[in-house]
Amino acid sequence: MKEIAIVKYNAGNIQSVINALERLGVKPVVTDDQNWLVSAQKVIFPGVGEASTAMKYLKEKDLDQLLPKLKQPVLGICLGLQLMCTHSEENDTPMLDIFPAEVKRFPDKVGKIPHMGWNQLEFNDHPLLHGISQKDSFYFVHSYYAELSQYTIAKGNYGIPFSAVMQRDNFYATQFHPEKSSHVGGKIIENFINIPS
Amino acid sequence: MDIKDGRTVKGINFVGLRDAGDPVELAARYADEGADELCFLDITATVEKRDTLVELVRNVGKEINIPFTVGGGIREVQDVSRLLKAGADKISINSAAVKRPELVSELALEFGSQCVVVAIDVKQENDGHWYVYVHGGRSRTEHKAIDWAKRITDLGAGEILLTSMNSDGTQEGFSLKITREMGKAVPIPIIASGGAGTMTHFEEVFREGEADAALAASVFHFGSIPIPKLKEYLASKQIPMRQL
Repeated sequence: MKEIAIVKYNAGNIQSVINALERLGVKPVVTDDQNWLVSAQKVIFPGVGEASTAMKYLKEKDLDQLLPKLKQPVLGICLGLQLMCTHSEENDTPMLDIFPAEVKRFPDKVGKIPHMGWNQLEFNDHPLLHGISQKDSFYFVHSYYAELSQYTIAKGNYGIPFSAVMQRDNFYATQFHPEKSSHVGGKIIENFINIPS
Repeated sequence: MDIKDGRTVKGINFVGLRDAGDPVELAARYADEGADELCFLDITATVEKRDTLVELVRNVGKEINIPFTVGGGIREVQDVSRLLKAGADKISINSAAVKRPELVSELALEFGSQCVVVAIDVKQENDGHWYVYVHGGRSRTEHKAIDWAKRITDLGAGEILLTSMNSDGTQEGFSLKITREMGKAVPIPIIASGGAGTMTHFEEVFREGEADAALAASVFHFGSIPIPKLKEYLASKQIPMRQL
């Protein structure tokens, strides 16, 4: 059985993540219940929105304590990736500190903000990116970015390089939306599902 | 895709509708062919039809794996909430923003600017100025196109879907000058719409119109330009393009 829990909180649209999983034949559970989250085989931590508001909600539910301690594979998406870093410039927000990295706002010089659209990645082989080519493009929508760190496994570039995919131990995260990135995005979700729990 | 009574339709200069098929099927086909984003505009959206639109959004979301925008008949925050929950990535508003500009900021605050697209239908009048039209192009407003674009940007719009009524449905090319002027006037992306007839028109709107994205309907619905061929053509002209 592949039981996947999606973290329920106040950060944006999860219907498309549910749809993407259902296309792969997986029925996720959307929950903020601690027991469910601890016992799920995999956890997806999506998110669109503002960092401090999201952290406030996570704290109210004690999820700020729980999430960094999870042992099963966890996949952060978009704001999810950012929340897994140490600190964001967005309203000066301390975050989950799973990835020791800073989240910063794109400087105006890079062009239009948010960075919205399809971009390629630069990476070395990695289980999450199995079957993905550097020619493939992924869909990004973000005004803030995680700095490159030792946990960066794929780089994006929008005027400056940033972390597009990160991994540390059982924690995985993508800045882009795999659920909105066509077949190649679906492939990444499939790769995540196939990571041994 | 213009949607009327659950079907995709397309008119010329905003009138003379022609049936173009089932929106969910078309959406799936375009997503497979390499469209980067889809846009649905319900042109029959009346209060009693709103549930139909939410249902369509739900079905589209199940089928396709690329971003999509939905518009038509949105009046308040609650309408948007339902569409986003049903799986839309972005919503677009037009007449409602003109009627009550604060709606743009309410939506930006509630859902984030990234999902607030303001559609602006413009027409160049004999005085040489471009004016904003509402109600599917039936009513002229006193807003000049560029001033209106700046205003809604200040209110928190995340993108502008700019349709030139002079060009829409003609297949004679996008309105390049207004597209370029608007893009220079505001720091948010401009999606150019109206007038695509040939692959060269797309090249022009990116190069001369400096558009961030181009939207077309008829040439795709009726098959005169296949999306894969168009993207290949644009890439060969050094216009950055996602390839499948």
